[in-house]
Amino acid sequence: MTEPAAPSAETLAPELATRPPRSQWRDVWDQFKKHRGALVGAVIFVSIFAAVFVGPLFYPHDAQYVPTGRDFIRLRDMRPVYVLLWDPGAKADWSHPLGTDNIGRDALARMMMGGQVSLTVGLAAMALSLLLGTFIGVLAGYFRRLDGPLMRLTDLFLALPLLPLLLVAVLLFREPLKAAFGVEGGIFVLIVTLVGITSWMQTARIVRGDVLALKEREFVLAARSIGTPSRRIVLRHILPNVLSPIMVSATLGIATAIITESALSFLGFGFPPDFPTWGRLLNDSVDRMTLYPERVLWPGLAISITVLAVNYIGDGLRDALDPRIRGR
Amino acid sequence: MLNYTIRRLILAVPTLLFIALTIFLLLELAPGDPVAHMPLTIPPEVRELMRKALGLGEPVHIRFWKWLVQFFWVEPQVFIDWLTTKSAIAGILPDTQFYVSCAGGDLATCDARILSWQFRSPVMDIVLQRLPQTLWVVGTAYLVAIVIAIPVGVYSAYRQYSWFDNAGTFITMVGFSVPPFFSGVLVIVIFSVQLGWFPSIYDTTHRVTDWDSFVFQLRQMVMPVMVLALQITSQISRFMRASMLDNLNQDYVRTARAKGMTEPTVVLVHVLRNSMIPVVTVIALGIPSIFGGAIITEQVFKVNGIGEMLIKAIEANDIPTVQTLTFIFAVLIVVFNLIADLLYGILDPRIRYD
Amino acid sequence: MTVRRTLFGAAALLALAPMAFAAGERGRDGEVRIIYWQAPSILNPFLSGGTKDVEAASMIIEPLARYDENGNLVPWLVEEIPTVANGGVSADLRQITWKIKPGIVWSDGTPFTSADVKFTWEYCSHPEGGCAQLTKFEGVTSVETPDDLTVIVNFDKPMPNPYGPFVGGESPIIQKAQFENCVGARAPECTDANFAPIGTGPFKVVEFRPNDVIRMVANENYREEGKPAFATVLFKGGGDATAAGRAVMETGEFDYAWNLQLAPDVIAEMEKGGKGKPIAGFGPLVERIMLNNTNPDPSLPPELRSVSIIENYEQKNPHPFLRDPAVYKAMSMAIDRPLLVEIGYGQAGKVTCNWVPAPEIYNSHTFDATCGVQDIAGANKLLDDAGIVDTDGDGIREKNGVPLKILYQTSTNAVRQDFQALIKQWWSEIGIETELRNINASVFFGGDPGSPDTFQKFYADVQMYANTFNGTDPQAYLANGLCDKAPRPETQWQGENISRFCMKEYDELWKKLSETADIEERAAIARQLNDMAVENGMMIPLVHRGRLSAHSNTLGGVKLNVWDSELWNVADWYRIK
Repeated sequence: MTEPAAPSAETLAPELATRPPRSQWRDVWDQFKKHRGALVGAVIFVSIFAAVFVGPLFYPHDAQYVPTGRDFIRLRDMRPVYVLLWDPGAKADWSHPLGTDNIGRDALARMMMGGQVSLTVGLAAMALSLLLGTFIGVLAGYFRRLDGPLMRLTDLFLALPLLPLLLVAVLLFREPLKAAFGVEGGIFVLIVTLVGITSWMQTARIVRGDVLALKEREFVLAARSIGTPSRRIVLRHILPNVLSPIMVSATLGIATAIITESALSFLGFGFPPDFPTWGRLLNDSVDRMTLYPERVLWPGLAISITVLAVNYIGDGLRDALDPRIRGR
Repeated sequence: MLNYTIRRLILAVPTLLFIALTIFLLLELAPGDPVAHMPLTIPPEVRELMRKALGLGEPVHIRFWKWLVQFFWVEPQVFIDWLTTKSAIAGILPDTQFYVSCAGGDLATCDARILSWQFRSPVMDIVLQRLPQTLWVVGTAYLVAIVIAIPVGVYSAYRQYSWFDNAGTFITMVGFSVPPFFSGVLVIVIFSVQLGWFPSIYDTTHRVTDWDSFVFQLRQMVMPVMVLALQITSQISRFMRASMLDNLNQDYVRTARAKGMTEPTVVLVHVLRNSMIPVVTVIALGIPSIFGGAIITEQVFKVNGIGEMLIKAIEANDIPTVQTLTFIFAVLIVVFNLIADLLYGILDPRIRYD
Repeated sequence: MTVRRTLFGAAALLALAPMAFAAGERGRDGEVRIIYWQAPSILNPFLSGGTKDVEAASMIIEPLARYDENGNLVPWLVEEIPTVANGGVSADLRQITWKIKPGIVWSDGTPFTSADVKFTWEYCSHPEGGCAQLTKFEGVTSVETPDDLTVIVNFDKPMPNPYGPFVGGESPIIQKAQFENCVGARAPECTDANFAPIGTGPFKVVEFRPNDVIRMVANENYREEGKPAFATVLFKGGGDATAAGRAVMETGEFDYAWNLQLAPDVIAEMEKGGKGKPIAGFGPLVERIMLNNTNPDPSLPPELRSVSIIENYEQKNPHPFLRDPAVYKAMSMAIDRPLLVEIGYGQAGKVTCNWVPAPEIYNSHTFDATCGVQDIAGANKLLDDAGIVDTDGDGIREKNGVPLKILYQTSTNAVRQDFQALIKQWWSEIGIETELRNINASVFFGGDPGSPDTFQKFYADVQMYANTFNGTDPQAYLANGLCDKAPRPETQWQGENISRFCMKEYDELWKKLSETADIEERAAIARQLNDMAVENGMMIPLVHRGRLSAHSNTLGGVKLNVWDSELWNVADWYRIK
């Protein structure tokens, strides 16, 4: 077994050795580009990002605007324009391409605004949970003395009931965070932290399990025998080899974070009630699923596509970072 | 290994006590009121009397101590009495009567069990009442999920980027990103309302006695099991696939093939065994949740198992119930994580804990 | 069918139950399936005040008299309703005498006597019992039982409305023999009794699974021949209102679904399922916006924030702008109540500007003319005339330099969140900026003094919720406007005067109400109190809410009763064949 993450292009492809040396990240990027799924995933992900962040600048409707007076009856419960294809009599209009909700707010505007929240919360919370999980998992798996305490801590976190924990956190931290980051900023920090610190345990357990096996492998023993410091062994030898379960955790984590955020907001621990997020849009529309299928379809689709895109990016990244695959 | 197991089991006691204390303090700190769900027409003075009657007037440490005594001393007595008088093995054991009920007895000497604030009845009785439906539904879902997920994960990895793999990826990812509060209602609308195939409301009092009642049990389980299994399958098959992919490129696989081993032997014996560590972790983390129930799915289908009991108890601020359920849950987590750790050693003998 | 139904109704109303009306044998119609999306957790209403528990128990245990669907008292286990006219109530209003119908037996076959009635009072009034229905027995000094069929209740003061004890679903009679050893601190230990009380009602419990399901069978000792028509009951609980409505109206799995708090378009869609129909009834429940009369500024210390400091009937810690009549009147004028009803409640809602909209004699008509009309222009003019204008050009008006920015909180509930969004928009059109917040109901309505989010603490400018009263007499409910009932830190934030309303005239008028016996006069005073509270900025009433339940097309005899348990006449239910 060779040391996996070192620039091993020479050993795998001798003809490359004559070329000028290339940086490792260049190799990674080249490999990533070759991965069709990853590229498509990345393009879709960037498009979704652009749509929800740039879209509102060009879109005429405000997500929180409720029409009043006569307009209200005219504008509420509008169907998306494509319904006209099979139902020419439907209440639909190009001014609201995805229709409106039951109190006349534009659905597309709400989807975009909701996307901003869901994407940032999802990514940030996922990153935090991943960071915590990987850090604790690697420490516990690699250093035997830390294993006991860290894993018992994990047990504790796994056992804590989520809802009372949230109640306490909101009680203790909402006002100070609001003072420090403003109303929405404070809630954002609170939600990301809450989702992050309540979802890292699975990643930690999985990473630890893999590290326990890896650290007995020959290449780690070899590195240790030549006196490589622990920090270096962890960073260069262990981490790259536990990347694939981490990537899976990342894709699953982003979905969980988006849904958990909506649960928090729904319970009243999150963003104000007129602040749309994908999870909440989905949740609010379940009762009217048969009458207005588009109201569940679009947010559901948005979450699924985002998760799929992240999944393929993760696949590509993993392949690109794995030198055994990269050469081929 | 035995040494390690014993050490871990001994260590589990202080760990669990610490967890119990943390949960208790957390519940204590959380804002909430057991009489919050009562109608507003009940005036504050009466509410205060009701809280007193629940024992809320006493200081925290006394209440924690009482709970400990009830959980570790009184409840086992009840269990032993049940074992010797009513259970299947009652005939073998001499009848015992450790537990002294307070109904009609002397309040000073009788044993107080853990009483729920919502039901005013022993929490453990309700747990036992709720367990069958949770095990039926969530347990079956887990079994189904594991049986599906492992082959799917293995095959997806073996034929990476084939149409099977891509379809699998699509289904599992959509399956995981659609929350059960939506997918549950969706299957109800399709299969109960439109097609009328399955009941939308689970009958917890149903007993399986013959073939027909078994079929009915299956029919009422189909939808909740389907929704739950989709989520669990997605998760396990992703980890299975990723881990298989890692191992399929290893040198030992090439060696095994070079030695002339058949492809099934290589994949299903060597690679699979080495890929099981993350999957075992995920399953071990999931098994306690079989007992813990699936909160949302149980609510959507009215399965009313342990998950539903927990969430209702949290909403009603029924601290004795929440404390007891979470603690049982903690015990299972500690135990199954230990089992997972022992399994690591079996799967990969190089892993040593001593 | 209508004839048959009228006959059943008449039988229930008069409680005569001659055999001629009974259309067959007891238990002829098989099983009736009832679903409550809030599951009953105990069948002893004295240990739990929850509506779900009270109503489930009402199929088993019964009071001496109860209210019918029109809010009239009807004798149930007694010969007649005692009044001053028939000598049942003493002239000084301190004593009431009930005459129990002879021949009533408990479901275990033993006779029902006055001793059971007296025991019920002793059970609930025990100081360590934590009885949820204690207010029902307020003022009772003793209960006498001169013979097996006579109960005399004595009060410590004249009671203009002596129909508290043993009347209505919240105050049923429990069997002395069963509960004798369960008084006071022992009450919770009697799990068997609490889960399966012996009663006089049409059904008895076979199996009770808390928060899940109840199985009942017809009581073979029920006093009326041929009733109940159903042999068994499956009473399922749990889930949510949508699923319950679906099970009755769309899949037809259940016969009766309780309290469907759903948007009207959702109900209408379910009704298309064709298996059942919704029914609505109106009690005094009002969805309202409470106005904080004190200053909720977060920068204030806890001993001042939202704390009522009354000196000589004057608020010393007033809200910076919500005490100004121009402000709260404009806020009320900007609201389109008919639209709120249409969006949120449909047939289960009516426009109202009253705190006490029912029973009809207490319903004031002072605000009828303007209540159903949204008048944004008028509201703007009112504010302009009062000198509350936008001085710094940010679109928000200021009063004495304080911008009209409002924090508007309510409990988490789909309809309430729609209301919040609509009202926020309307208020923005009269230059008031609104920040919305929703709080989990169990925290919001929980009285935890440690939580900043309870409705009693009221750490917001306005908040929305619904409230009502039991029975048909609003005296105790109107007491919620008395100065000394404001929640304060000293009272652990307990108290019913949520908006911290305080007015000398109001307190005096309420005192007069409590001393008046004549019903017409009482009604006039109550209407005056209602007007006074609304006029002086205690609340902005929004919608008079009804109770909406649904029953299957094959279930007959259902009469939705909002004054008592919904299942009050379950003995008369039958299967339409």
